[in-house]
Amino acid sequence: MAAEHTVTVDVNEKYTLTAATQKKIWLWLAVGLILFIAGAFWFVTGFGSEAAHGAGHAAEHGGGGGEHFNPMARVWANLWLNSVFFVGIAVAGVFFLATQYAAKAGWSAIIKRVPEAFGGFLPVGGVIMLVVYFLGHHDLFHWTHTGLYEKGGPEFDAIINGKAPFFYWPLSPEGGFPFFWLLRLVLYFALWYWGYTMIRKASLAEDQLQNRLDFRYYDKQVVWSIVFIVIFAVTSSTSAWDWLLSIDTHWFSTMFGWYVFASWFVSALAVITLAVVYLKEQGYLKAVNENHLHDLGKFMFAFSIFWTYVWFCQFLLIYYANIPEEIFYFKERLHGLGGVYSPVMIILAIINFAFPFLFLMPRDSKRHPIFLKITAFAILVGHYLDFYLMVMPGTAKQYGGFGLMEIGAIIVFASLFVWLFYRTLSKAPLIAKNHPMLEESLHHSI
Amino acid sequence: MADTRLGHTKERFMVGIYDHEDKVVDAVKKLKNDGVKVYEVYSPHPIHHIDTYIGHPRTRIPIAAFLFGALGTLSAITLITYTMGIDWPMIIGGKNFVAIPTMVPVTFELTVLISALGMVATFLVSNNMGPGKKEFMFDRRTTDDKYALVVDLDANTLSEEQIRDLMVKYGAETDPLPRIVER
Repeated sequence: MAAEHTVTVDVNEKYTLTAATQKKIWLWLAVGLILFIAGAFWFVTGFGSEAAHGAGHAAEHGGGGGEHFNPMARVWANLWLNSVFFVGIAVAGVFFLATQYAAKAGWSAIIKRVPEAFGGFLPVGGVIMLVVYFLGHHDLFHWTHTGLYEKGGPEFDAIINGKAPFFYWPLSPEGGFPFFWLLRLVLYFALWYWGYTMIRKASLAEDQLQNRLDFRYYDKQVVWSIVFIVIFAVTSSTSAWDWLLSIDTHWFSTMFGWYVFASWFVSALAVITLAVVYLKEQGYLKAVNENHLHDLGKFMFAFSIFWTYVWFCQFLLIYYANIPEEIFYFKERLHGLGGVYSPVMIILAIINFAFPFLFLMPRDSKRHPIFLKITAFAILVGHYLDFYLMVMPGTAKQYGGFGLMEIGAIIVFASLFVWLFYRTLSKAPLIAKNHPMLEESLHHSI
Repeated sequence: MADTRLGHTKERFMVGIYDHEDKVVDAVKKLKNDGVKVYEVYSPHPIHHIDTYIGHPRTRIPIAAFLFGALGTLSAITLITYTMGIDWPMIIGGKNFVAIPTMVPVTFELTVLISALGMVATFLVSNNMGPGKKEFMFDRRTTDDKYALVVDLDANTLSEEQIRDLMVKYGAETDPLPRIVER
């Protein structure tokens, strides 16, 4: 439209991960580790005295396994919660990139290297999840107790026994090796990383083109993005069942896959926004203007509402029907387990819906970095709490809480994520100079 | 030069016809540079940012949307509280008479409905449009393939000739020349 004003852009600009930045990230990582270990040590060693007081609660609420509570459960739960959260952000970032290609979007061409760098976390996240599973599966997942599947045994559970093939196929559950479940975990990471690598490869090959009118690699990225979306459409739901829904083994919800996806996606959008704003403040991505920020703000706004819709729908139907096998999930979270988790649902409604909804509604707040930074940060806190509410009540039971351990674990995972993000980002120029719609993106104006 | 023969003031406009979007946008910017106040541009399709080039203030319709939405929220809460809690309390599904979760779907629907209807009504009223209203058209071809740039002659200090010459200089069609329309 505004054809006469030209935007100049340094197409060879690269992010440099300086030694100082690297040092800072390692320092954060160390601080996080110290907090996490100190918090875990404090909790686990101090648990003996607390258990006597807690035993009464367990009997009162009849929480499954409450009487044999292993304090390490809260430690594993923290690691599991953060890995699921950050893996989700990474894969939803790649999904965002894929949607941009599948829709042949032009506006995002200059920021596309940011979500593209999220994929670097995937292999590390996968390894962490496998390790945490093998260390803590007994405390994380009730269904790993082989006694549940012994017919006539004291612990036999007909409902979980009926779900056994979902975890153990083709092996027998009494063997205790959940082959199918672990196969899926490995498959998710393999498929996601494979799709991501194919997009990334074509993207890097595009940079080497001599002729800007050669759309070979652009078309390739579109095709691989569609493949990735098809894969993610299925795996986002199934991974949510495997990793989060199976913690509360008796419970089920058909909304769950969508709900977790919505939470992951809006968190990823918040991280993309934060990264773009931060890089711009550091003097990179100079061509990003308030119109690109406006679009990112609209995405955060829209998907905050989408998350609320899915989250509330899941709650409303279960609340209205009031069927015992469904309602206990929310009873636990709203009133049960000694009331540890009672405030979180209300906090979620405020911080994940009311705040972004009202704060991002005016046009101006979507166009100014400071408002975006505040909202993106609030969204990340809120959606961490969302995952907290999915993982903790089923694992840490009434001994959950928010202390040094939780803060430490967040810092450890966040600094690891940031480090891998920067590392991947620094490997390619910040601007995909041969993107066919780069010019449109530079002149983006809404 | 107001004409008061019919009992009301007639405004006089210079209407220039352009055959391309880029030409009319270009003309608006250049006329503004020369100190000419542009009254309006009529186009068969929306032109991005033309309002800012003309110098129109930003639309306040989002404020109307928000206020109507808030009205919808409040009226839904009032309606549900009154009917389900005061006028004819009924036990449904063992829930409280006025239970907040049950209010959400209706509140959402009424918020969206009142906000949308209110926004449309505001738009029609502020643009003097609506059923039965006859829209004054400077040039019928702006519904087809032409762009009309309209300058209010009474709001400008330049003479008619000067404005006409500037319009032609910046790409207006010369056959016929930009002409004066009274409203």
